[in-house]
Amino acid sequence: MSLISTLARLEAVSTGRAQPAATVRHRHLSDRPLVFVPLTTAGEAGAPLGALVGTDRDAPRLLVVPQPRDRDLRFAFLAELADVVLPYVDAFAEVVEAAERTETDPETGKRVKVEVDLCADAPQLIVPSRGGIDLVRLLGRSMRFRRTAEQDPEAPYPAPPRVPLLGRWLTHFGERARVPGSSLLLAMTDVLGRHWATGQSTLEDQHLGALLAWIDPPEGLTGAEAALRAELERDAQGQLTCPPAGPATDPAFDNKLLAPAIERYDRARTALAAAEDGLEADDRLGALTAAEREIRDLVRSRTLPTWEKVWQGLDLLRELPEGAHVEERWTRDRWSFTGHRDRVLAGEPPQPRRDDAVTAANKLATREREQARLEAQEALDDLLVMAGRRLSGEAFAGEVTDVVMAYNEGKRPSPRPLVTVRTDDRPHLGERTKVYRSLGGKPQSAEFVGAEEDGGYVVLRILDKMGRGKEPEPGSVPEKGERVCFTLFEHEQRGGAKLPDPEETPWTHGGPPGEATLEAADPVTAEDLL
Amino acid sequence: MTTLFDPSAAAAQATDAILHDTLHGTARGVVVDSPPGAGKSTLVVRAALELAEAGHPLMVVAQTNAQVDDLVLRLAEKNPELPVGRLHSSDADPYDKALDDLENVRKSAKAADLAGLAVVISTAAKWAHVKADEPWRYAIVDEAYQMRSDALLAVAGLFERALFVGDPGQLDPFAIVGSEQWAGLTYDPSASAVTTLLAHNPDLPQHRLPVSWRLPASAAPLVSDAFYPYTPFRSGTGHDDRRLSFAVPSDGSGPDRVIDEAAESGWGLLELPARHTPRTDPEAVRAVATVVRRLLDRGGAATSERSPDPAPLTADRIAVGTAHRDQAAAVRAALADLGVTDVVVDTANRLQGREYDVTVVLHPLSGRPDATAFHLETGRLCVLASRHRHACVVVCRAGVGDLLDDYPSTEPVQLGTVVKFPDGWEANHAVLAHLAEHRVEWRP
Repeated sequence: MSLISTLARLEAVSTGRAQPAATVRHRHLSDRPLVFVPLTTAGEAGAPLGALVGTDRDAPRLLVVPQPRDRDLRFAFLAELADVVLPYVDAFAEVVEAAERTETDPETGKRVKVEVDLCADAPQLIVPSRGGIDLVRLLGRSMRFRRTAEQDPEAPYPAPPRVPLLGRWLTHFGERARVPGSSLLLAMTDVLGRHWATGQSTLEDQHLGALLAWIDPPEGLTGAEAALRAELERDAQGQLTCPPAGPATDPAFDNKLLAPAIERYDRARTALAAAEDGLEADDRLGALTAAEREIRDLVRSRTLPTWEKVWQGLDLLRELPEGAHVEERWTRDRWSFTGHRDRVLAGEPPQPRRDDAVTAANKLATREREQARLEAQEALDDLLVMAGRRLSGEAFAGEVTDVVMAYNEGKRPSPRPLVTVRTDDRPHLGERTKVYRSLGGKPQSAEFVGAEEDGGYVVLRILDKMGRGKEPEPGSVPEKGERVCFTLFEHEQRGGAKLPDPEETPWTHGGPPGEATLEAADPVTAEDLL
Repeated sequence: MTTLFDPSAAAAQATDAILHDTLHGTARGVVVDSPPGAGKSTLVVRAALELAEAGHPLMVVAQTNAQVDDLVLRLAEKNPELPVGRLHSSDADPYDKALDDLENVRKSAKAADLAGLAVVISTAAKWAHVKADEPWRYAIVDEAYQMRSDALLAVAGLFERALFVGDPGQLDPFAIVGSEQWAGLTYDPSASAVTTLLAHNPDLPQHRLPVSWRLPASAAPLVSDAFYPYTPFRSGTGHDDRRLSFAVPSDGSGPDRVIDEAAESGWGLLELPARHTPRTDPEAVRAVATVVRRLLDRGGAATSERSPDPAPLTADRIAVGTAHRDQAAAVRAALADLGVTDVVVDTANRLQGREYDVTVVLHPLSGRPDATAFHLETGRLCVLASRHRHACVVVCRAGVGDLLDDYPSTEPVQLGTVVKFPDGWEANHAVLAHLAEHRVEWRP
């Protein structure tokens, strides 16, 4: 934890309110996000119990699996979920704008510009907490290899149509969420935690109710009191008044309310199946519907508070102005969305279970580049974030006290002016350390020449962005009295080297992965009791 | 009956076997594990010269520009006639200016300019951009344990066979983003190049250099037991071969007493009172600086097998090691306050591969309330504890032993990954137990 975030947390404790950790919003927020509040069943990974989902704050759609162990009911849930998610995704896939992309021409091998479609906007999925992102990934993994009856008439448990497609999309959302700074799939606790520092640990910040209690405590309570109440307060029946944001449920809820309700539902189902005539069946169907409604009410009662909190979090975040570089990062999300749309349209197989060596290395390189880019951009967009970097010696700000014109040695001398900056910061500058400042949105580099004895003055040599002439272009060299801010980190990331194609994987990495085979869903084994 | 261990003979035997496998073996790769100061660079230079002599075009992959420049200088020193290519980046000042004085070293940012030279050397990052129509017949990959698997993936297409040399005990390569997704895959891109190489080619011959020429007889057993429990090594010198003495006697202060203890036994622990502190613990930082100041002031002289006369212990023979960069910066500032400017102060990552007479180490866990995986990493402590030829002084807050017991390692177990032994917890305990015998308590 950086010094400035420790300080912010201490301030949050002493003032009783979360402190801002950012002055602008560093993540893109869609005008029409799809909020997804899922619950799972205890004891089985990824068995959904129900969910609230939708784009309309006042009209969430409630999906429930009254008996989570019933495979058919689970498929019905997933099919319903596909009916909500896929039309939402498709709406974005249809609206495109023209864009340019550099591609390698297969015939000449040259890099050429090609005009391609880029989706004008992209869908955005918001889940309450990090556990929600894991569940999205897990659901994607469990669905994308399924076969529908149409694809494979022999499949023992054919999936409803569109469920495998939902799996591919959820997998894409889950994979994209691993890219730093991406906003296709966001966990509300992560985004809030990025923008506010609370007086509790980052682990406790994973509780959406407690986190919001710190950021926006109710009248008359401090953040700590409100957070404690959110975590612990129970009603007369022993149920949490602020249910956990899921996907796991509170054991007291499972034992006291959910298990008996599912039990009643099971009995009603058995009774219906045993009905001997129509009249009896009618009665028993009524009892079954009532039992099912009871479970639906229970699931609604545990998801609705979280649903409200997610929207409250969105309100809070929307009050912050968007950071300058957020749009650029969202454009990369749109490219990622468009790319997957094209792969689906082209009939490519679902994402493989495991990445091959080259894909894994490419993904890791991309994510490291995006991480470095995100850190630089957040600092450039936000004075408070930059203050943290200054405090840790990675940047410094100050006033220019002197500019001396100088030139480098060469056939055509170019300007290399020496600039003295007075600063109270204590950057970790070594001999010839490179530093950068933002000049009209582009990085200008300089090198550290020396410091005054007492350390308050830093002398830099400006190296570039001064034009081609002997005299630097106007405005390209800081002037005396100007406030400047230099960073020790680079503002833009270089692209890494191109890796070999997967079919040219070298012997050190096991050689080429071979032909891609259509992967089957996990086979049913004797241990599959459900 | 016991045979007397002859370090030179053992080392020569190992080197011969390595060179034989490299030059005449049939395997596509040869892996050499080298403990700290075991003559890894010497081996690389020798292998490069022999391969070049045999007429095989050779590419050498190192990890940093400093390592590349160092190798070029060593090669030119051994054989000034050898045509060597230094492939460098197109940045400003891409290589050491000392290379400009070497007649047979050609430098270029383009691989094509260096075609046909006997040896071409560059960093893995630069090699990754090279496109070759025909692969090199041989390659040497230096510091292969510090190279990430994805970096090897980018360059492995450039050569047919390779000698991989490195120190398995030093810091593992790391990624700045999570890579749990690929944990357990044989080609996990965040793993070390050697891990991936051996996972796919388990039959490659693996060798080990058995003798550390750097570490003194007082340090080799501890470093070997704590960090290389299954691949032990010996020091090349005996207890009587190295001596550290001081002209100015101790003034009785903590720093002076710990200096004397370290001079006598090779190890010294300056223990400050237990306390939770910020990372740049001002008292500990000042203690480190004071020890360095006193080392310089007391007129140290180091006697070793290298020369019969004692060599003065000057600033360039001393280094300070820390875990974090801000700690290094704080120590540098404290040293400047005491008028010391030319002692190297750096983090473990940057001290890898370097060698000094005396090192002063700020213990990674000193003053911490918790023991994270970063601070427990075996390689970090190993690097810090194995840079010295004579003595190592560790500055630490009391209570690290309790801290270790309070925080057993809780890293998630990943299926399919090879568990690395020893774990940081165990290695830290082993080092602490040994240091406890050389403890000087001090209240600044």
